[in-house]
Amino acid sequence: MLEAEQHSWYPIAASTDLPFRHTYQGQLLGQEFAVWRADDGYVNVWENRCLHRGVRLSIGINDGHELKCQYHGWRYANRTAECTYIPAHPADAPARTLCNRSFTAVERYGFIWSNGTPIGKMPKIKELENTTPFALRGIPINGSMDLVVTALKEYSFQPSEKVTKQGAQTNLVSTEYGVCILVSKDGDAATTALFFVHPLDSGRCVIRGVLNTTPSEKHKLDVLKHHNQLLTLLRDRIEAIANLLPTRAPIIPRVFNISEDSKHLSKPASSRPDAALRVQVAKKWQTAEGITGFKLVSIEGPLPTYQPGAHIDVHMPNGLIRQYSLTNGPGEADHYTIGVKLEMESQGGSKCMHEQVREGDVLAISEPCNSFPLRQDAIKTIFVAGGIGITPLLAMSRALHHSRLNYELHYFVQSKAHMAFPDVLESQKDTLVTYLGLTPDQTGNQLSVILKEYKLAQHLYICGPGPMLEITRKIASNLGWPEAAIHFEYFKNTNEIDDSSSFKIDLARSAMTLQVPAGKSILDVLRENSIDMPSSCQQGACGTCRLNVLEGEPDHQDVFLNESEKQNGKSIMTCVSRAKSKRLVLDI
Amino acid sequence: MQVEQKIDPVANNLWHVISALEEVKANIIHKTQLLGKHVSFSKTDTGIPCVWHTNPTDVAGDAVDLTSINTHLAVQHRYGYIWTSLGNPTEDVFQIPEYAENHRRNIHAATIGVHVSAPRAIENFLDMGHFPYVHTNILGIEPHTEVKEYDVNISVDETEILATRCLFYQPMASAASDGGSDVEYVYRVPHPYCSVLYKSSALDENRMDVIALFVQPLDQERVRAHMMLSLLDVDNTDISIRAFQQTIFGQDKPILENQFPKRLPLDPRMETPIRADKSAIAYRRWLSKKGLTYGVIPVAA
Repeated sequence: MLEAEQHSWYPIAASTDLPFRHTYQGQLLGQEFAVWRADDGYVNVWENRCLHRGVRLSIGINDGHELKCQYHGWRYANRTAECTYIPAHPADAPARTLCNRSFTAVERYGFIWSNGTPIGKMPKIKELENTTPFALRGIPINGSMDLVVTALKEYSFQPSEKVTKQGAQTNLVSTEYGVCILVSKDGDAATTALFFVHPLDSGRCVIRGVLNTTPSEKHKLDVLKHHNQLLTLLRDRIEAIANLLPTRAPIIPRVFNISEDSKHLSKPASSRPDAALRVQVAKKWQTAEGITGFKLVSIEGPLPTYQPGAHIDVHMPNGLIRQYSLTNGPGEADHYTIGVKLEMESQGGSKCMHEQVREGDVLAISEPCNSFPLRQDAIKTIFVAGGIGITPLLAMSRALHHSRLNYELHYFVQSKAHMAFPDVLESQKDTLVTYLGLTPDQTGNQLSVILKEYKLAQHLYICGPGPMLEITRKIASNLGWPEAAIHFEYFKNTNEIDDSSSFKIDLARSAMTLQVPAGKSILDVLRENSIDMPSSCQQGACGTCRLNVLEGEPDHQDVFLNESEKQNGKSIMTCVSRAKSKRLVLDI
Repeated sequence: MQVEQKIDPVANNLWHVISALEEVKANIIHKTQLLGKHVSFSKTDTGIPCVWHTNPTDVAGDAVDLTSINTHLAVQHRYGYIWTSLGNPTEDVFQIPEYAENHRRNIHAATIGVHVSAPRAIENFLDMGHFPYVHTNILGIEPHTEVKEYDVNISVDETEILATRCLFYQPMASAASDGGSDVEYVYRVPHPYCSVLYKSSALDENRMDVIALFVQPLDQERVRAHMMLSLLDVDNTDISIRAFQQTIFGQDKPILENQFPKRLPLDPRMETPIRADKSAIAYRRWLSKKGLTYGVIPVAA
């Protein structure tokens, strides 16, 4: 096909083709699209192929926030087209690089406009600006684009106000860029019609017509009928000619390699500090006693998709970096919400957020990172939150709520005034149980009740202060909860880090041997030797810098791994943990 | 779309199923397609199958004197089906020893046309992850979606892929239990277009039900899938067993027909394999190594 055609804007669907939670199959120059509108109004135009096994996404399910593939239930986010969940591996967070191919789309004049390889902005059409455009029904035709354009030049119709009369004069105004602009006049009544020819393939098109003004209610139906009849006759004429011509070879759409594209889309794993995003504080408010809420919005372009449980690194004006969990529910694509508790012993992180950062400020943040992934294959999920630990669990419970999965949210908090995000909690009220001002002993008793009955395929997620986390894990374990069903996230590692040992590390894939001296972490040494390693909290709490251990005995000092993971020694948090053996072989 | 009909030597020399023998009327012409070529077939009064390249005068449904067919294709009658080859098969049809076991019911369950390539149909047969989504309430149910770690081995002589320790949660796993439980599956791929599935049976812990899928490539992007069962079940009628299998396949068909591209891409970068796809990854590599190109998109050189 002509290159110019690949770069032009075409109406690929009518706005009315996208009713509530529908998925529409579109096509342009041989390339198929899955077109769907999310509940926030955003129109997604994606390559019509699931990244996994190539099943058409247009047969997928639009849940208002995500599109779910029919074959294996993979989910893709509104706007960014990132894969957010792979049900076959519910314990794993999908790689950020798994992203569908999406196309630029503009909704205007009653149509969805897109193109294969976008160049420039969608031009404004002066005949349709400052008017009330009225889209006609699309007419599909088995005929090539040039045949259709030629036939449209001869199209004649009645102006809307005199639609039931006859004898109007229709003049062709322009056929630039394959758009036929015609004006019909009858006395003082005049209507301008624009006909766009949308090429599905080499031999098939859709005529998408639009009138410059919406007819009065009285004439609307007659106008639609009038054009429908005329265009149907036009179609018959075109198809009669097309049938006599040799069939054109179809345009074979290019099948792109997905992995290479993904590589291209994702930024290379960069060394810390990675603060790829700039966001603006759109709102700062006190959401509870000692807790400030921040609503962060994008400065340019859409925000990357988050998964429930994800956190971001916030790079503060005072140079400190802190991790905060996103509390967002599904589909909140235009902002991130975090809650920051003012820590009494703050080293300046939470203090800076509370005191210095103001509405309108720009903050540098990392892309969301998920080391607390939520399984969505549980018969029942129990969330136990302590204080500010509610934040990641709010995102999780809202995700399960949206999918109508079974869960309970238990919130241990000092007093009613300390309950963060009360408006969001309100939406969870059917499953929320709050426990106000309990002593540690009372908390323990309550937890024993909450966790008393373990059943297969139940999962427990805990987030809160260190001591509460410890006690909850212990109670669950005593009541028969297997380690694999207990998921937790510490805010911070309160263990004293002993970095007095020195040892060697062999890097299996990089074929290097390095010495880790006392006073330096494995992560420091890797970075000094230009080895790219992502990391976030730098204190063994978030799991970002995890590496697989192939040989040697790690000296675990983190709070991320659970006991059996620590015992089997197969992975290590490189920011704090060290070696008991003289040498570790790492999979990097 | 015009599909290139070049047959590679590997596919050409394989045995392919073209029909269940029981569906063939003696001394009557039947027509089908194999690897893009038209073939005619019939059987004698004593049930001996005969297959030949379609003559211009062949009309399906007409009577035929099989003794007048001079040049016919290689033919075998195995597991109730007619197997033929357009080339010169170097090996025998693969073994399904269970077929000859006592106390089993061998049933031809269905022949279903699907607009997809043969390797896509095989890969779907090997896949457990789609059970909760495609075979909802029968072979799987949300939220039990996890595909647990399983083993995949390729036989020493590279003739066969074997996937074992495959467990997947099935609601109403047996009539005897009211709840669901994990069901064990074993998958064999002894032929590029055929697979044999073994499924644990509630009736006998030591033996498994066998479901074999023989895919007949009509062309690169169209198949007929023949399903053979060898079951321990003594209670259900043939009709209800067939209806069950046809329901399952009827659920797969629209998914398979919505896969793009229709031919199986062997370059791992063209799609996104995950751990659950271990058997499919092995299958794609195995096809690549065999040099099979019919029904696939080979890795670009």
